[in-house]
Amino acid sequence: MSKAFASLPPVFRQWFESRGWEPRKHQLQLLKKAQSGRSVLLVAPTGAGKTLAGFLPSLVELADRGGSKLKEKRSLHTLYISPLKALATDVARNLETPVREMELPIRVETRTGDTPSHKRARQIERPPDILLTTPEQLALLLAHREAGELFKDLRRVVLDELHSLVTSKRGDLLSLDLARLYRIAPQLTAVGLSATVREPDDLRRYLVPQAGEGESNLADLVVVQGGAKPDIRMMELDERLPLAGHTASMSMPAIYDLIRQNKTTLVFVNTRLQAEYTFQEMWKLNDDGLPIALHHGSLDVSQRRRVEDAMIAGKLKAVVCTATLDLGIDWGDVDLVVNVGAPKGASRIMQRIGRSNHRMDEPSKAYLVPANRFEILECRAALDAVHEAAQDTPDARVGALDVLCQHILGMACADPFRLEDLYEEIRSAAPYANLTWEDFEAAVAFVATGGYALRAYERFAKIVKGPDGLWRVRDARVAQQYRLNVGTIIEATMIKVRVGSKPRAKPGAVLPRGRILGEIEEYFAETLTPGDTFLFAGEVLRFEGIHEDEAIASRTSAGTEPKIPAYDGGKFPLSTFLAARVREILADSFEWDRLPPQMTEWLLQQRRRSVVPGPRDLLVETFPRQNRFYLTCFPFEGRPAHQTLGMLLTRRLERAGLKPLGYVANDYGLAVYASGDIAGRAARNPDFMDDLFSEDMLGDDLEDWLAESALMKRTFRQCAVIAGLIERRFPGQEKTGRQVTVSTDLVYDVLRKHEPDHVLLRAARADAATGLLDVRRLGMLLQRIRGRIIHKPLDRVSPLSVSVMLEIGRERVYSDNADEILAEAEAALLDEALA
Amino acid sequence: MTALLKNKQTTSEIDLSGRTAVLDLTGGMYLPEDDTLLVADLHFEKGSSFARRGMMLPPYDTRETLSALSDAVFRYDPRMVIALGDSFHDIGGPDRLGDEERATLTQVQAGRDWIWVTGNHDRTLPDSIGGQVVEEMALGPLTLRHEPMEGAQTEIAGHLHPVGKVVMRGRSTRRRCFLTDGSRCIMPALGAYAGGLNACDAAFKPLFPKGFTAHLIGQERIYAIAKAMLCRD
Repeated sequence: MSKAFASLPPVFRQWFESRGWEPRKHQLQLLKKAQSGRSVLLVAPTGAGKTLAGFLPSLVELADRGGSKLKEKRSLHTLYISPLKALATDVARNLETPVREMELPIRVETRTGDTPSHKRARQIERPPDILLTTPEQLALLLAHREAGELFKDLRRVVLDELHSLVTSKRGDLLSLDLARLYRIAPQLTAVGLSATVREPDDLRRYLVPQAGEGESNLADLVVVQGGAKPDIRMMELDERLPLAGHTASMSMPAIYDLIRQNKTTLVFVNTRLQAEYTFQEMWKLNDDGLPIALHHGSLDVSQRRRVEDAMIAGKLKAVVCTATLDLGIDWGDVDLVVNVGAPKGASRIMQRIGRSNHRMDEPSKAYLVPANRFEILECRAALDAVHEAAQDTPDARVGALDVLCQHILGMACADPFRLEDLYEEIRSAAPYANLTWEDFEAAVAFVATGGYALRAYERFAKIVKGPDGLWRVRDARVAQQYRLNVGTIIEATMIKVRVGSKPRAKPGAVLPRGRILGEIEEYFAETLTPGDTFLFAGEVLRFEGIHEDEAIASRTSAGTEPKIPAYDGGKFPLSTFLAARVREILADSFEWDRLPPQMTEWLLQQRRRSVVPGPRDLLVETFPRQNRFYLTCFPFEGRPAHQTLGMLLTRRLERAGLKPLGYVANDYGLAVYASGDIAGRAARNPDFMDDLFSEDMLGDDLEDWLAESALMKRTFRQCAVIAGLIERRFPGQEKTGRQVTVSTDLVYDVLRKHEPDHVLLRAARADAATGLLDVRRLGMLLQRIRGRIIHKPLDRVSPLSVSVMLEIGRERVYSDNADEILAEAEAALLDEALA
Repeated sequence: MTALLKNKQTTSEIDLSGRTAVLDLTGGMYLPEDDTLLVADLHFEKGSSFARRGMMLPPYDTRETLSALSDAVFRYDPRMVIALGDSFHDIGGPDRLGDEERATLTQVQAGRDWIWVTGNHDRTLPDSIGGQVVEEMALGPLTLRHEPMEGAQTEIAGHLHPVGKVVMRGRSTRRRCFLTDGSRCIMPALGAYAGGLNACDAAFKPLFPKGFTAHLIGQERIYAIAKAMLCRD
């Protein structure tokens, strides 16, 4: 390996040798790429020394620069961007070790929301050599008047966890900031660090400036092959799994046994509810008193930190966690990953499995635990995908317009700009490579005056074009407004959960004093009425009421069952890729041999009683039950798309006079119930089913529904905040804020009516296409099943349909016709009067 | 759908200190005995008021509010219209009114008495806005004012923008509403951008010591809902 060593300066060689290490091949490859001025994407599994690979070229260059310059004013050399504040801090710690041990003249600093203002000012005055920060902080820096000076000698930008950054609006914002960095510092090269993805070219494009029309520039690619194949299996039980539900209650003893047998186990679950449930069950079984902890995004930060610290210190036997632990930080010696519930996506499950066994030459060990029979199919499909190393990361994003609006204002805060120059710069960012001039102008007009056809706000414009043809921000107050609203993460408004105290003097009273346990979504709290019980932070709480901006709860006596089923946090839809695989397994009876016997038996019953659909078919079953008529179907396209479909089917059945009463959906299918005979209608009209599922439902029906949809309004609100139409709400502002804020629902209604093609509504519709409503996937589904609907009228419910029927009463029934609730509440008043 | 519309019960009648009051889906209230239409908290030009501070809300709120107002006015064709204060979001509002909106307003005002009761957002109103400006007024046994007065009997007021929230089986809805105990009525805000204050808020308590019934404005009709059925935010 002397040749490998040769490219390293002596001090680095000695350092590697003193630790008994050898530089890895990809680490040296990255060094070489950097020396020849190339940008590069490094794709490597966890544990491959990605971070060191990303920084090695910078360390070498900075070491060469020597200590002579130490006292002079220096410039920023390397910028590191991480999706998580905690990860940036963690990496800074890890960098300090080699810097200290080699006595390198390098200053490494972090800049996050927690960095005190004097330090922030100093970082601009006297920048460190290496600055570690987050996309939001970078956006703020770039909107600074000193940005040109600060970044002009920047040589390298390292983007960590790039695969996760690029899938969101944060990635859009970062791409625009990257474009600006390239303009300020032409000698800049970028390094992307990523887990394995389906289309590495998407990320390679993202890293380098795009030239426009048809051409595509790519960063170089270095791939580190995964080490040993993971040792991953499905947990099989002798008992039959239920047909629905996600708690995996039967598997709890087996999971506990696994925890006992291994050193450190991460138990991943899909939702916070599942996390709460699993944690409770583990402690019911925990006769050995093992240190088992809980970690999810709603818990209080200090509580989460305690768990993380205990984990790093090796004090925990297991952590039950949600996606909050999907990313980043090194958790030490995890030797087993247990994934409870549906895997949802192949790449997702592989990244989770990668959390175990950080040494890449040893196989990761993992168990998939299906919670119901459908999840057996999904686990089987995921196992196959992992075996083939098949990936299903999402497609590259088309840059969002609301993010563009935010960025334009930021750029005006930094420097006056010419419209044409900014347009060219923005189009060099891969997600915006196809941005049209019209959309760009609309975004600029939005930033200036709201961009309305009725030009009422010219005199209040936030950015104005001067006689020199340059656009600039109107005054310092506008810049201040930008700084307060930067970023694309719009959390659902959260309210704190506090355990109230029960004073002895006042029995029955609960005072709003006591410990804060964490936060719940405001819209979940809205559906609670005093007396409701729910699971939170590992215990069953009784909701007492809202006091100011907190939910006050009290502890319940042991053994109380929670009454309120769930809050939505952390639900992912089944990926298109796994869905297709599930349909294939289902359709091919030879595949059934590879399934546990209980599953095969169930499928055979389905074949006897109804039919098992082919991989491209849509099975629609209709049957009567208790004076109602049911329609079930199984598209396997994920819950969001099914919910949208359910809503649209309901509207159509209403129009057909079949009096729909409601519907429920899960990841696999949906059930609609009506008081009209759906099968009878289909028998009289052979085209009925084809018409019912025809693609034109995505036209007027969808539009009508979007006008009222609460999900659409939530989506619009997020766009409005990101684009800067309304200001963010900060914690504690709510109370006084009522007078100065305006409800975005009201704004949505007015805007939709008067300017349906406004840039913000287009942004919201683009989000709806993939987000909470998943309209795009529904469109693909309707196209796929055209002419392939198999309608099976039955006398009673089939084995397949039972699973989705069981969701009735468990899932919330979605209906935007809230007048029904009002009618019911009114009836209660009448009852009272007549009683 | 047409059948549905025909049966649509757009109004609801209540008794207010012996007078009949017709609650309208727009949020207005018609008093047949006085041939008078009451509206509250129009908040005209709230959008432009925000725009001055850099929040460029769609500038269509005034015409939206006006369209609801003129809908009610032309349906009842009353002798008198009384706006119960906060008709403009700020004192500069009347000046910012667009030409088209001004013309619509003039048209709605034509041929009837028009009275602006002042509110905390619009303490003064210019003459150019037409009609008569008062701080409060009496209509038979009823006192009409912007801000409800504790202890006052038989009054109709606005100011508080009441909304009622109902939660049933995990679903919730929040609607503008009239609150009344038979002698006092707090009217909902009619303005397109006017937000709401939950009827369970402490602010309503001293006004209705014996409780109230909330008349929530639904999509197709008005629902009378007992106070006990309402939830906090």
